[in-house]
Amino acid sequence: MKQDILLLIWTVIKIVAIVLPLIIGVAYLTMAERKVISYMQGRIGPNRVGFGGMLQPIADAMKLLFKEIIIPRVSNRYLFLIAPIVSFVPALVAWAVIPFGPHLVLANINAGVLFVLAMTSLGVYGVLMAGWSSNSKYAMYGAMRSAAQTVSYEIAMSFAFVGVLMAAGSLNMQNIVVAQSGGFWHWYWLPLLPLFVVYWISGVAETNRAPFDVAEGESEIVAGFHIEYSGITFALFFLAEYASMILISALAVTLFMGGWLSPFQGIPVLGAWFAWVPGLVWFVLKLCFFLYLYLWMRATFPRYRYDQIMRLGWKILIPVTLVWIVVTGALIELHVGPWFS
Amino acid sequence: MDLLVEQIIFFAFAGMTVLAGAVVVAVRNPVHSVLALVVAFVASAGLWLLLEAEFLALVLIFVYVGAVMTLFLFVVMMLNIRELPSREGFVRFLPLALFALAAIVAMMVFVIGPQHFGLAQYAIPAHHGADYSNIRELGLVLYTHDVYPFELAAVLLLIAIIAAISLSFRGRRVGTRSQVPSAQIAVKSADRIRIIKMASEPKVKR
Amino acid sequence: MTFTIPNFIPAIPEIFMLVMICVILMTDLFLGKRIKSIAYSLTQLTLIGAFLLTMHQYGMPKVYTFDHMYVLDKLAILSKLAILLVSFFVFLYSREYIGMTKLPRGEYHILGLFAVLGMMVLVSASNFLTLYLGLEVLSLPLYAMVALKRDSGVASEAAMKYFVMGALASGMLLYGLSMLYGVSHSLDFTAVAKVVSETSPAHSLILIFGLVFIIAGIAFKMGAAPFHMWVPDVYDGSPTSVTLFISSAPKIAALIMAYRLLVESAPGLIIQWQHVLMVIAVLSIVLGNVVAIAQSNIKRMLAYSSIAHMGYMLLGIIAGTKAGYASSLFYVFTYSMMSMGAFAMLLMMSKSGFEAENIEDLQGLNSRNPWYALMMLLIMFSMAGIPPAVGFFAKLGVLEAVINANMTWLAIVALIFAIVGAYYYLRVVKVMYFDDPKDATAVTAPMDMRIAITINGLAVIALGLFPSALIGLCRNVFFG
Repeated sequence: MKQDILLLIWTVIKIVAIVLPLIIGVAYLTMAERKVISYMQGRIGPNRVGFGGMLQPIADAMKLLFKEIIIPRVSNRYLFLIAPIVSFVPALVAWAVIPFGPHLVLANINAGVLFVLAMTSLGVYGVLMAGWSSNSKYAMYGAMRSAAQTVSYEIAMSFAFVGVLMAAGSLNMQNIVVAQSGGFWHWYWLPLLPLFVVYWISGVAETNRAPFDVAEGESEIVAGFHIEYSGITFALFFLAEYASMILISALAVTLFMGGWLSPFQGIPVLGAWFAWVPGLVWFVLKLCFFLYLYLWMRATFPRYRYDQIMRLGWKILIPVTLVWIVVTGALIELHVGPWFS
Repeated sequence: MDLLVEQIIFFAFAGMTVLAGAVVVAVRNPVHSVLALVVAFVASAGLWLLLEAEFLALVLIFVYVGAVMTLFLFVVMMLNIRELPSREGFVRFLPLALFALAAIVAMMVFVIGPQHFGLAQYAIPAHHGADYSNIRELGLVLYTHDVYPFELAAVLLLIAIIAAISLSFRGRRVGTRSQVPSAQIAVKSADRIRIIKMASEPKVKR
Repeated sequence: MTFTIPNFIPAIPEIFMLVMICVILMTDLFLGKRIKSIAYSLTQLTLIGAFLLTMHQYGMPKVYTFDHMYVLDKLAILSKLAILLVSFFVFLYSREYIGMTKLPRGEYHILGLFAVLGMMVLVSASNFLTLYLGLEVLSLPLYAMVALKRDSGVASEAAMKYFVMGALASGMLLYGLSMLYGVSHSLDFTAVAKVVSETSPAHSLILIFGLVFIIAGIAFKMGAAPFHMWVPDVYDGSPTSVTLFISSAPKIAALIMAYRLLVESAPGLIIQWQHVLMVIAVLSIVLGNVVAIAQSNIKRMLAYSSIAHMGYMLLGIIAGTKAGYASSLFYVFTYSMMSMGAFAMLLMMSKSGFEAENIEDLQGLNSRNPWYALMMLLIMFSMAGIPPAVGFFAKLGVLEAVINANMTWLAIVALIFAIVGAYYYLRVVKVMYFDDPKDATAVTAPMDMRIAITINGLAVIALGLFPSALIGLCRNVFFG
């Protein structure tokens, strides 16, 4: 009994150790987004609060926390309040199976990839509930767009995962990472390049980020599903969106970019020099690259129109993954390259 | 795991499943019904996890909750039925319905009660270790021993696709404008603009 | 667990069908606009090909494959041959009608072939799982085919009813099967049969509980009373060509399903299922024959007549003897032939913008086309069970089986209502021969249809005069 309680406390500590940095990460991701896009557009971005604007996210959080929560009179009150939570929780829960280092994982379960897929697929309910319960047409439009988009891109995304599972022969995240060991050229991004690209595109679409942000589409439907939200309820949607961005990037790192493995593994001199660096550092560095990619894409591409999104998802991404799954099967059967020997 | 803990978890999930199931049929608002059904699915996924069938549990969430129910919700929201009309004849048929319900429940308890399916007849299946992978086991039989029903299920899905498309797709309506990306890509500058060489204006003599 | 690659040879006809369906799907997509008849021609070729392949298997010893999930025995081969033959005629009769009513050709034929594939899987099942999947592969395309006439409210209503009832029936069947599985821990027919016959009476209560649900599911799918509510509406609401299809080949598959579920997997419960089936059969015979009299719509009349015929067909199973099963098989073969002919006649009477639906549409057919009238006369005589048409021998067979099983009262009830039923078949004959036509234009049809209906009509009388060959085939299945 005593052991059980200790285990429980230890688990809670581990959860806090994941969630707290994640929340801070979200806060500074918003900061980074504003700064990066500003520089790309030849502006400076926030630079007043704190040292060079470093305290801006804290100030924003404070503001959102203390703002009044407005609940529309014709809304469905309970669903309206549950919606932000429903969209926030799955984005956090999925982190349980992400390996941060050789032994740094909260739950090293066999069906890790499936668990992540199941949790990310739940996120859409928050959006749908928010859109419907607001009883507002713009919110409704946003929810509808989001639902159709998420369901469509989920298929391409899971097919991309199938390729990785075939290559690694396991659904366990930790095993997938270990299966990629051997340096930069041994990671799965190379043999599974089409799947990697498809995964990334559908990942961006899944998180409703530019150029697939029709669910928000501030110039068309004002702000989409969260138009009626304010204060902390809005902040939760905001947190959920950025937490899932980080999650999608973490998945890209784990499944295609060797997770916590060092890129210099196997290279004669560099490999030895960088052997002391903990896996967590590599993980975070790779994560930052993908997050930067998110911002880069947002600053670069114009928003897709709705029918174009559907076309891309169903007619291009899904056929590509289907073909490449067959190719992957052939590669594995023929023991091609350093990946499948 | 402790048997007690396991039982607490089981009863929590089982209670949630039954409660959510009751809510599905009891509430008037169809959107609430769908959401209750989602809860029922998630709770039954929890029950499957207790049975060490993690693949089924996660696929239930992934496929049913994540995709199928989303589309259900999508359709129900599109129909925009806020409240169903009050149920006609609800009170009139209630006694009959209750009687039928009681009869069926009594029959089922009598027939499939613990005296036939209890622990005496069927022992508790052995727990598997942490390295047991339900997915591996499924994969091993699904594509070998059960390949025939598996292929038949695939045929069934193909039929469903063909049936759904042939019932709903009526071809492109006349007069709708839509994008033809291949034509857009194939376009050359010569198709859109014409560069005309012309002599510059002769100087006007004043 | 060891695994060896299964023997694919027994399943060659099914594999051929599935491959061809995919080929037709693609061909119709790319060539369907240019060559209108391509889906039809390929469909018929597929059916002929599958028929020849099955023919080739005739006489093969009983063989199991796919881990005991697929069985190829005499019953499977014979009923597959019958199903393929009937389906060939069905598509042949429907060709003109499909063009006329602008049903989507490609989808119609593909869904039809899928249904045929489902029937083949169903009759070759030796496991609850494959049986159920075969049943769904059979039913799902039929639901869609009923609804294919998309702008018709009646057709959509019929499809909806058919679908909901069918889903309910599947649910009942599954529930019943789950009970059997719960007791026997197996889905395999032979294994279940073994457990069922060994179960102590204390536990057989669950089996009976499951059996009731299974029988309800079978009766639903067959369209036997008291689970017949959908039959008239679906027969009436569907496009006539689909009615033609539903009323012919699937009945064969339904009988085989009943045989495999009751006789092969629950022989230990024979007393119990005999009693339940008796109620179903008597209700079907009485209700079908009596209500059919009141119908003015010939599709509805034939629907009620099919309910009655299902009742007669069940008599053979109720007898519980090999001779009884053989007579049921003979009955369903001849019934699907007669039903096909009757609906084909309606198809030929229909013109663009006009559907022959009511009995009065047949008025004076004799003066419009005496040959067709004669064929219809033969078919109606056969349905009524008047010698020397084949329907007489079919009824004789099942009644004999019932009497031999010491259930004379059942035979008497069946006989009385057969005589009641003769009234409405003969009314159709009277309308054709003794009433004046409203519309005196001659009824014509393309050559292939004329040949087909002639073969169909003459087969009814020929098999009536020389029934021993087909009866011999049917008996060979069970006695050989």
